[in-house]
Amino acid sequence: MCRVVDLRQAVLAKNDASAHTLRTRLAAHGTTVVNLLSSPGSGKTALLESELLRARERAVPVAALTADLATENDAIRLARSGAPVKQVLTDGLCHLEAGMLAGHLDGWLPDGTRLLFVENVGNLVCPAGYDLGETLRVVLASVTEGEDKPLKYPTAFGLAHLVVVTKIDLAEAAEFDEIAFRANVQQVNPGVEVVLTSARRGKGVGALLDRALAAAKGAPPHTPVMAGLPDLRHGHAHTHPHTHADDTDAGDLAPTPS
Amino acid sequence: MHEMSVALAVVDQVAEAAERAGDVTAVRSVRLQVGELAGVVPDSLAFCFELVCAGTLLEGAELVTEAVPGRARCTPCAHEWAVGMPPRLTCPACDGTTTDLLAGRELRIAAVQWETGDPMPTREPISEEC
Ligand SMILES: Nc1nc2c(ncn2[C@@H]2O[C@H](COP(=O)(O)OP(=O)(O)OP(=O)(O)O)[C@@H](O)[C@H]2O)c(=O)[nH]1
Ligand SMILES: [Mg+2]
Ligand SMILES: [Zn+2]
Ligand SMILES: [Zn+2]
Repeated sequence: MCRVVDLRQAVLAKNDASAHTLRTRLAAHGTTVVNLLSSPGSGKTALLESELLRARERAVPVAALTADLATENDAIRLARSGAPVKQVLTDGLCHLEAGMLAGHLDGWLPDGTRLLFVENVGNLVCPAGYDLGETLRVVLASVTEGEDKPLKYPTAFGLAHLVVVTKIDLAEAAEFDEIAFRANVQQVNPGVEVVLTSARRGKGVGALLDRALAAAKGAPPHTPVMAGLPDLRHGHAHTHPHTHADDTDAGDLAPTPS
Repeated sequence: MHEMSVALAVVDQVAEAAERAGDVTAVRSVRLQVGELAGVVPDSLAFCFELVCAGTLLEGAELVTEAVPGRARCTPCAHEWAVGMPPRLTCPACDGTTTDLLAGRELRIAAVQWETGDPMPTREPISEEC
């Protein structure tokens, strides 16, 4: 016999639950996670190298985990700062998930780490959907990528707590239109802060560390419009699916789950 | 291609629900709500879904995706609008920047149609002919 069962489960419920658990677990140890997202080559590692050095100067216990499809290059660069660094090779997977991150932290993350920077796989599509238990989500874009990046990747930019423009030393050569870029960011994420940086020239270095420390101290991060109404995604997940006796509302879409 | 991860999550959750139900012999279809702002491409998801279903209780199951348009409401002026793509999340009426997203981020399994092996215990209306 054929039945229609109303499941109403968020597809990423498992990742969301793992992320929640990880956030709670790390918070109990005084660790705050910063998740860095950008296209390949936007300058995540370069900026992070500078921010880790700055943190060491200021005696802030930091660590970094970097995820790539292949090579240990980023970890080698980041480790020069002296901070504990771990390279994760994702084996072809285009993004990190909370459960994977938790597994990689086990037995590695040094006690007393105040800030853990996670450099996600270079990709603006897939990582956007996966909460890693971070308190601060940072999306980076270099001046050479075009002002319309935020409109082309609205989910990534729309969910950012902070937007970082990188390689600002190249702004003139790239004819980067800062006003247009800011307007595009504003369209998909009203009110989010945009900071301009150049790892090459040391401009704006330290801003990321400051924002991360503020978040670690409990300053409420910006709330993106797109992140609102979490129950839209979570639905009212039934622990036990129930079979509909009559079919009038079989598979109903429950626009406002309670 | 995180559609593969999404497809895996869908199949895992449906398979788990079927397991809990106990007597499911096959899954016919899975209905998924995909918000305009969910960051998932339905075509690519359908392709991955078919691959992931192979060899499971969901083998041959149809994936029915239901697109949910993005809608927002301005907090100060209460204007409501379709956000479009790329989305506009500032108010088109008053330029306000305090916005509530009403819909569009859904990525949710709505309903599943499956076959059960048991004979009907009591007379009850059958939900759908299949
Ligand atoms: N001019 C200039 N070049 C930069 C700057 N930051 C990074 N670059 C260069 O941009 C290239 C990519 O930088 P990475 O830091 O490796 O970028 P990434 O985002 O970590 O790259 P993936 O991890 O591969 O995604 C390198 O050649 C850097 O030297 C900057 O501030 N100015
Ligand atoms: Mg890198
Ligand atoms: Zn992907
Ligand atoms: Zn308004």
